[in-house]
Amino acid sequence: MNAPQPSAAVAIAGMHKWYGDFHALDDINLTVKDGERLVICGPSGSGKSTLIRCVNRLERHEQGSIVVNGVALTDDLRKIDQVRSDAGMVFQHFNLFPHLTVLENCTLAPMWVRKQSRADAEALAMQFLERVRIPEQAHKFPGQLSGGQQQRVAIARSLCMTPRIMLFDEPTSALDPEMVKEVLDTMASLAQDGMTMLCVTHEMGFARRVADRVVFMERGRIIETNTPDAFFDRPQHERTQAFLSQIVH
Amino acid sequence: MNTLTPPAPALALPAEAVAIAPPAERSQVMSRLFGDAISALATVVTLALLVYAAKHVIDWAFIQSVWPGADGGACRAAGGACWAFLGEKMRQILFGIYPPAQQWRPAVVCVMLLALSAGSLPPRFWGRTLGVVWIVAMVGAVLLMRGGMLGLEAVPTASWGGLPVTLLLAVCALGLGFPFAIVLALGRRSELPVARMLSIALIELIRGLPLVSLLFIASILLPIMLPAGMSIDSVLRAGAALTVFSAAYLAEVIRGGLQAIPQGQGEASRALGLTWWQMTRLVVLPQAVRAVIAPLTNTAIVMIKNTSLVLIVGLFDLLSSGRVALTDPAWPTPYVETYLFIAGIYFAICFSLSRYAMWLERKYQRTAAR
Repeated sequence: MNAPQPSAAVAIAGMHKWYGDFHALDDINLTVKDGERLVICGPSGSGKSTLIRCVNRLERHEQGSIVVNGVALTDDLRKIDQVRSDAGMVFQHFNLFPHLTVLENCTLAPMWVRKQSRADAEALAMQFLERVRIPEQAHKFPGQLSGGQQQRVAIARSLCMTPRIMLFDEPTSALDPEMVKEVLDTMASLAQDGMTMLCVTHEMGFARRVADRVVFMERGRIIETNTPDAFFDRPQHERTQAFLSQIVH
Repeated sequence: MNTLTPPAPALALPAEAVAIAPPAERSQVMSRLFGDAISALATVVTLALLVYAAKHVIDWAFIQSVWPGADGGACRAAGGACWAFLGEKMRQILFGIYPPAQQWRPAVVCVMLLALSAGSLPPRFWGRTLGVVWIVAMVGAVLLMRGGMLGLEAVPTASWGGLPVTLLLAVCALGLGFPFAIVLALGRRSELPVARMLSIALIELIRGLPLVSLLFIASILLPIMLPAGMSIDSVLRAGAALTVFSAAYLAEVIRGGLQAIPQGQGEASRALGLTWWQMTRLVVLPQAVRAVIAPLTNTAIVMIKNTSLVLIVGLFDLLSSGRVALTDPAWPTPYVETYLFIAGIYFAICFSLSRYAMWLERKYQRTAAR
């Protein structure tokens, strides 16, 4: 647990990943400081989702190193479990457990992974459900909620594990347009509270408003990293310029 | 909206709809039955046949029949159903050649197993306690049937028969077969080559064999293969064969359910830090089994009826003890009445199971409703 760099939440160095012959991630070097909000953007297939899925080992990297909260990710299952319970993840398609109520979705991991009592887990879950402003839905099933509500439950479910890092994998891409704002607002309020966040998103307004740094990826490489103002107003790389010119704000 | 709508049409509309609907429906039925000459003729002929058949059945079953209390001679003399036989032989059909003075024991076993099955239906009772209760009940049932302790007269399994044998074998085949099936289904989808190959080999081998041959293997080959002096009870052997057989079929049904689970469920579980076992038990299996309730019920019903095949290895289940009862020379041989009675018991069990499964499915569909 002795972190070599206490200020680095995520430290990635010289990391590569292949799917067969396809070079999915090519020499990734990225350090995310504690409390930093990072937005990762880029065209589809550029490897942004793969990158954050490597951070909690949903994907295995083949070369280089990934250190999360001082724990180096290797094939060691205990270390993987340790990293996963410290890093919450929110998915594009919510991935709530449809056979469990909203409350049970939120208490499952705290009770089984953190070994909390049911009462403690439920108290914590209600606290986070209030935080994402849907405590009244606690006893409904995910299928009875709207997409935006489901994604807010998914955020609450991750927060119940009291993670130090939150990973967002295109959290608003599967939502109806009128539901995007409620999810982005929830994420913004989380950012305000100082949560370390890695967000893959196409919401450039959110990036500008919330991010400390924006990372642009293409073909498995990080092309440009900059502050939001510099990134949007004075993009350095021609690929970044081309990408931004195609996005309608 | 209401404020804009004038009151008169709003009242008139539903009245009109109610007035029109019923005659439309009635005329549809009438036109289907008597719409043209051929339909009318078919309707009349079918009705006539039904009336004719019903008259004969009623005549046989109620008017010319012999009711319990009469003897075999009365049955020979009468032209109708011999219900007196069922009254006389009821205990032999239900309990086989179990010593008559001790037949309260199989009766208790039957009541206990049926009551426990009924008590296990509501999902809120499912849990570790229920599993323990079932194991205790099954061991208790076998000990009570066997006796030889606590002052109970010992009854060898060769004398067991009838409904308790059918129930014990069915509970064993499904109750032990189900967890075994889950292991096989998970094994077949495992990333470990050894577990996968073993599961596939076992499932395919057992599915490739007829149940009859599996029962023969269990009852004839197994004793030969075991070292001399060691023997396994014949009920146990048949139970083992039925368990393995149902496990192979249930495993394939469950595998179908596992394939229906989206990949995201596993990813979310792993991202939350659940271990593989926790993910499988808490997230994957509950969803997989719910997705295949209908085919699982189908397999369960087939397996309950398959227990009647144990007669070929010399066990007296419900069906074969009924057949034995028919051999009494003091009585005529009322096959139809006996098999109707036995069919009634099978139907009651299988139909209840089917209705229960439909109820479960609806219950789980409600929670998944959008």
